[in-house]
Amino acid sequence: MSAVQILDFEQPIAEIERQISVLEGRPDASAIADEIRTLHETRSSLLSKTYGSLTPWQTVRVARHPQRPQTLDYVQMICRDWCELHGDRRHGDDPAIVTGFGRIGSIKCLVVGHQKGRDTKERLACHFGCAHPEGYRKALLKMKLAEKFRLPIVTLIDTPGAYPGIGAEQRGQAESIAVNLREMSRLRVPVICIVIGEGGSGGALGIGVGDRVAMLQNSWYSVISPEGCAAILWKEANEKTNNLAANALSLTATHNLRNGLIDDVIPEPVGGAHRNPKAMAEAIQHYVVDRVRELQRIDPDTLVRKRYEKFRAIASVK
Amino acid sequence: MPEPTWTEATVAVKKTVPDGLWTQCPECEETIFRKSLEANLMVCPKCDHHLRISARRRIEQLLDPGTFEPLDADMSPMDPLGFVDQKPYIDRLRETQRKSGEIDGVQTGTGFIKGRKLVVGVMDFTFMAGSMGSVVGERLTRCIEHATDHSLPLVIVSCSGGARMQESGFSLMQMAKTSAALARFDDSGGLYISVLADPTTGGVTASYAMLGDVIFAEPKALIGFAGPRVIQQTIRQALPEGFQTAEFLEKAGFVDRIVHRSALRTEISRIIDYSGK
Repeated sequence: MSAVQILDFEQPIAEIERQISVLEGRPDASAIADEIRTLHETRSSLLSKTYGSLTPWQTVRVARHPQRPQTLDYVQMICRDWCELHGDRRHGDDPAIVTGFGRIGSIKCLVVGHQKGRDTKERLACHFGCAHPEGYRKALLKMKLAEKFRLPIVTLIDTPGAYPGIGAEQRGQAESIAVNLREMSRLRVPVICIVIGEGGSGGALGIGVGDRVAMLQNSWYSVISPEGCAAILWKEANEKTNNLAANALSLTATHNLRNGLIDDVIPEPVGGAHRNPKAMAEAIQHYVVDRVRELQRIDPDTLVRKRYEKFRAIASVK
Repeated sequence: MPEPTWTEATVAVKKTVPDGLWTQCPECEETIFRKSLEANLMVCPKCDHHLRISARRRIEQLLDPGTFEPLDADMSPMDPLGFVDQKPYIDRLRETQRKSGEIDGVQTGTGFIKGRKLVVGVMDFTFMAGSMGSVVGERLTRCIEHATDHSLPLVIVSCSGGARMQESGFSLMQMAKTSAALARFDDSGGLYISVLADPTTGGVTASYAMLGDVIFAEPKALIGFAGPRVIQQTIRQALPEGFQTAEFLEKAGFVDRIVHRSALRTEISRIIDYSGK
């Protein structure tokens, strides 16, 4: 694996790693094995400590880490016999939302997920994971197909938000998301939604109505990004106000679980999903297989009713 | 002295702040005699600009006189996240409640339009920019369910800056909740007319506002998902003339009819008659 890019708050860890590599590079490395081992231990404990107490804003930074696995990485790691399906049959094919059939463990399913893009070219094509209406319509078209085939649906959410642009508005960004919310609520097959990175507002929810909604430990999910919130409520987005907004928005997995807005948190490997994508993929696979098996025992009428009741119950009123 | 409850505050507001005699049209800047503006449904007699109106005034204009019966009128907001920005959310709420005399940003109930019984939900832009939090989502969901249970036509008048940030994930999930309720209403064969007033943006547009069987919009209303400022910052180019207006949306295929405020009652009645509801 290529070197992990270091976030600013990980500097102390990077410093120890630098020392380790210097010592390990010395000809007398075997003579100082004890010192090296101690440094490794210090590094591990510092990493666990840092990742065990991330602030909400730090969590957002981890969720956006450039090396964090994306939908197609997970597809590659957990789906056998991947069969990608393109296009919304209306306007085009939006690479910011990927759809296709695959086998996860023993389960045949449809996977729908945001894709941000790995290199600059792909990122530009994907608009950094900001989908257009054709992306949401493609997602729905394939989900309806899965429903017809009686296949469960797994969605992987990872978007800063739906794309704000002229074409997107012209082609009905709002309508495409609204229709997905309505239609996903009545799909007669199990739907599992997992926020794998960023859960930015309506653009995330547009593929986020399911029987089980989970978040990876270091992902975020909220009505607006911290920067967007800071710019409006604090009149300026900077390091300080982004921090304040991230705190105020209760956007972490733990907060969302505590508030009853999601069903589960999937723990990440120490140091985040990007430090051990394979372990993360395995955890996701286990989660999906377990939950789908559980949901497949429920008849479609009950499934749809329970999904309705789950979202129906979300309110903070008196 | 204890803080006045919202109802006491309403009375206080009504006593101390008499309506101005004159109002300036925000569009053409014409000074208009308040009474004639009101008689003209708060549409500028000179330039035909549709001024923003409160939910209560909208209900007065829309329904047959004296027929409105509110649903869940006592439901009030909470502060589930203990949200504090430059001011605590709870203080913002109290202040807005005191100023507006309303508990939150929507009115729901039953009533009649030209003798036809229906369920209405009307958003109130004067309350925290018509933002949708739990109360708006919950009251609208209940009124959708009421329409489903009683087989009544449903009209929702939207005007909103979008989801309410101060309730974060709770606000976001109101989009899913209201849309799911509309799916059930649709399954039951119900008629839903969505009326879009200036402005309808963000999470409100991306949920119930765009899910009408028939969608009306008031002339020149701003309607969109992302706000024009956000779009401009993203694409760094000038927006086309008339972008995100009701007329733009009609041309793009997302609005059925642009309806002048004076024709709204007639147009709603026609659709109800065609639907056979």
